[in-house]
Amino acid sequence: MAHYSTNEFKGGLKIMLDGEPCNILENEYVKPGKGQAFNRVKIRKLISGKVLEKTFRSGESVEGADVMDTELAYLYTDGEFYHFMNNDTFEQIAADEKAVGDNKKWLVENDICTITLWNGSPITVTPQNFVELEITETDPGLKGDTAGTGGKPATLSTGAVVRVPLFVQTGEVIRVDTRSGEYVSRAQK
Amino acid sequence: MQNWQPTTTSEARIARAAMLRLIRDFFYTRSVLEVDTPLLSAGTVTDEHLEAFETPFHFSSTGEPVRLFLQTSPEYAMKRLLCAQSGSIYQICKAFRHEGEGRWHNPEFTMLEWYRIDFDHFALMNEVDELLQLVLNTQAGKQISYQRAFIEYLDVDPLNTCDEVLVDIMSKENIDIHAPETLSFDSKLQLLFSYCIEPKIGQQRPCFVYNFPASQAALAKINEDDPRVADRFEVYFKGVELANGFNELSAAQEQRNRFQQDNEKRQQAELATKPIDENFLCALEAGLPSCAGVALGIDRLLMLKIGAQHIQEVINFPVSRA
Repeated sequence: MAHYSTNEFKGGLKIMLDGEPCNILENEYVKPGKGQAFNRVKIRKLISGKVLEKTFRSGESVEGADVMDTELAYLYTDGEFYHFMNNDTFEQIAADEKAVGDNKKWLVENDICTITLWNGSPITVTPQNFVELEITETDPGLKGDTAGTGGKPATLSTGAVVRVPLFVQTGEVIRVDTRSGEYVSRAQK
Repeated sequence: MQNWQPTTTSEARIARAAMLRLIRDFFYTRSVLEVDTPLLSAGTVTDEHLEAFETPFHFSSTGEPVRLFLQTSPEYAMKRLLCAQSGSIYQICKAFRHEGEGRWHNPEFTMLEWYRIDFDHFALMNEVDELLQLVLNTQAGKQISYQRAFIEYLDVDPLNTCDEVLVDIMSKENIDIHAPETLSFDSKLQLLFSYCIEPKIGQQRPCFVYNFPASQAALAKINEDDPRVADRFEVYFKGVELANGFNELSAAQEQRNRFQQDNEKRQQAELATKPIDENFLCALEAGLPSCAGVALGIDRLLMLKIGAQHIQEVINFPVSRA
């Protein structure tokens, strides 16, 4: 794999750090007028998801990480693996529980997800920003509450629990923001 | 892909022109003479952490091919004018540093540098403060010694500490760098200053940090009362290093020694040594009048004036589009 000098650092560059592939989020060049130059870098570790700050001496070089994002459709889970398919080539890939993590509650069949591959294996699965899911269980709400004040918990078909306004009922399909886990609206019919 | 367009807006270009006019007026009313010195020089800086661009010159009158360097600042040439009895002078010019780009950095930039006869660094700090008040409408600046800044923000006396203590503080402040113990003592201080002090000082009004450690004297006099520090100051405003000034060292032999020590440090760091500017040293031998001088980054000043987030907003064609 290629090595990158600090001069090539920029948001989105994938590098190896402590044996883990990382994504550079921010890179700031620090150079006191009369002193040594440094690169102050904000990094996301792609497996643990940890965000940390690291300082490099300018001119240092680090190993690149063979990481790529691919858009795949979610098919099903067999309990152990989650199966995805490339809709153009019909090639299938299985991601384990660790790669899917908490995002399993946003996986909707046939929805396109972003799968991050490191050396060809999935390390993270990112659902679309918005997904539509059916409410399987929620307390019957009071009629007339349209302002959505307070709200109530609702369990969705994937097991996810979100707060919804009182007027939304079991059996309805709602739109959820997967980044915040918040209710957005009733799904468009 | 070619990027022919400028990265500036018309407003930023107009603001630059207006600001330069304001600065020229400032010096005109104070009878400081505008001068012009060459960007190319046979000698260059020896500083371990400054790299000059260099170019071969094939048409030297000696018949031998020579190396010329683009200036990293007009300091040596301007001091030669001072030695030739120019009186107080200023210059607005391009300076070049062979280093990376960043939010506050472009390898080619515009510098304002000026020298005041019979000023010490405190008198010059006051004049810089007046210029900032005029250009940025700031309140009068605050002054703090380098030592006091470290004691206040990091609870350590930079003039009376050791490498191990600084490494400990770096780790306490979550500065995560490979093999911190291999950084020089001054690099540790500078890293701590950049990360832990710079963001906290000069947020509301400019902050003048003075009396830097003697090991970071550069071209400043060593302080007469306390030889641990040099008569050097820097100006910070809104987290930006804006200017660097000295009560100017005039002793030719001491200056030569510093250049030689720099070159020794360069050798230890496996960097090429740099040719010492003999014209400059000759001028010092002829006699530099007592003076203080300061260099101020014009692009950064303009960024602060118009609230720019990146230096590209104030430089028409940054190096990536040069």
